[in-house]
Amino acid sequence: MTNLITVNGVTHRYDKHKVLEDVSFSIKKGSFIGLVGPNGSGKTTIIKLMLGLEKLQKGTVETFGKPIEKFHNKGHISFVSQKANSFSRGFPATAKEVVSMGLTSKVSPLRPTTKKYEYMIFEALDRVNMMEYANHNIGDLSGGQQQRIFIARAIVNNPSLLILDEPTVGVDTENVEQFYQLLSQLNKELGITLILVSHDIGTITTHVTDLLCLNKSVHYHGNPSDFEQMTDEQRSTLYGHDMHTITHEH
Amino acid sequence: MLDAILNFEILRNTFYTGLIVGLLAPLLGTFIVVRRLSLIADGLSHVTLAGISFGLFMQKQHTLLLLTPFHTGIIFSIIGSIVIENLRGVYKAFQEIAIPITLSIGVGLSVVFIALADGINTDIYAYLFGSVAAVSRSDLYLILITAVFVITVIIFLYKELFALSFDEEFATVSGIRAKVIHYLFIIMTALVIAASIRIVGVLLVSALMTLPVATAMRVAKSFKQTIIYSIIYGEVAVIIGLISGYYLEIPPGGTIVITSAILLGSTLLIKKWYLAYIYKG
Repeated sequence: MTNLITVNGVTHRYDKHKVLEDVSFSIKKGSFIGLVGPNGSGKTTIIKLMLGLEKLQKGTVETFGKPIEKFHNKGHISFVSQKANSFSRGFPATAKEVVSMGLTSKVSPLRPTTKKYEYMIFEALDRVNMMEYANHNIGDLSGGQQQRIFIARAIVNNPSLLILDEPTVGVDTENVEQFYQLLSQLNKELGITLILVSHDIGTITTHVTDLLCLNKSVHYHGNPSDFEQMTDEQRSTLYGHDMHTITHEH
Repeated sequence: MLDAILNFEILRNTFYTGLIVGLLAPLLGTFIVVRRLSLIADGLSHVTLAGISFGLFMQKQHTLLLLTPFHTGIIFSIIGSIVIENLRGVYKAFQEIAIPITLSIGVGLSVVFIALADGINTDIYAYLFGSVAAVSRSDLYLILITAVFVITVIIFLYKELFALSFDEEFATVSGIRAKVIHYLFIIMTALVIAASIRIVGVLLVSALMTLPVATAMRVAKSFKQTIIYSIIYGEVAVIIGLISGYYLEIPPGGTIVITSAILLGSTLLIKKWYLAYIYKG
């Protein structure tokens, strides 16, 4: 299997505070990775480094076979940020307009929004079951619906890799499971490689194919079922942090 | 007024300029308002005033004869816009601080240059509150070039500007060169402010960029609609404001802004009544 991203020996500091130490892992094509860790464990930082939003201080990140410094994203990687649901609710845009932002790298005035792009937007909306809300104002939708729109925006350009940073923040608990099912579908049916950042190990282990536990450094990278069979003590040692799995009943 | 417009070139120029800024100010204003940068127009207009006062002072000294105060205003406005964008980068967590810094420096420089020139005179009064008879033919040409530049850039970079206004992080990940576009946008804003000052004046230019947008946001259902309605409200305010200002012999800045405020107030009231009617029904 091809590696889409290879992180090697990455160490990162904010002023004197070390947030990542000698982090190495690779992301295989077609996998669904759950990137978990407690608050302040460096999850968002490693994501930002992989997306080129932060400058590397030490180590290397190779994205689609190229060093991140030389990689120009032309729709290969897409992103749903933690902040996506903290946008200004009064922003005057329809759900359809928000999804169209995902095509910015493709659309230019010389190639105006053709029927093909309209079709791609509606296909993405349909994929997340939000077709009937296409002309609704984004601020009028619920947290879960807004997050579906942001997923549609992220997949409209047919990316190979989709990174989601704590996407269920602000989504009602009853909608969270549906949301994870949608992600599994994107992984299995469209073949999109997914990296899902979460601090909630309990729920995501049932959906992901690989679990990556981060707490400054990588403490576990492997099969989620092997991780589930461990005792809380073994996990706490692995994780470098006292932890207990919370079982969610749905 | 129609006779006067047909007979006097300067009034004709003012009217054409009014129509141009009635389009450009709300067009850029829509992006400014949604990016929560409404006060940027105030900051830049005061820097432009510093440039105008510098031009008036230089005219008094009989130097820089090739450059009019309008030209020096444009130059100062562009420099001010670059300073604001740099300061926003320096104070990342407190980006809004860039505006009061630039505004106060602009006012400070204006006071100094106005005092060194002639103090408050008719010229300065026209720049502060706008004038129906201030636009020369060369000014109009410069404003036309600005309009062509701004409209072309907006057409070419509409998607990028829209994506950056909504979610800068996503836009950057998508491969949009945020820094270049931010600079280009703020320079366009500086140019439009310098152009609008001839009509509405330094003190009221931000109103022409924000009031029509605030009104449009209450009725529009999409971003594109917001832009179109903002331009319509902007043009209506400029046309009514210029005509009433001419007949009442009041600087058009005042009449344009009052018209915009009436449009905003009546839209808010109609929307409120409409919603009350819907919920009752």
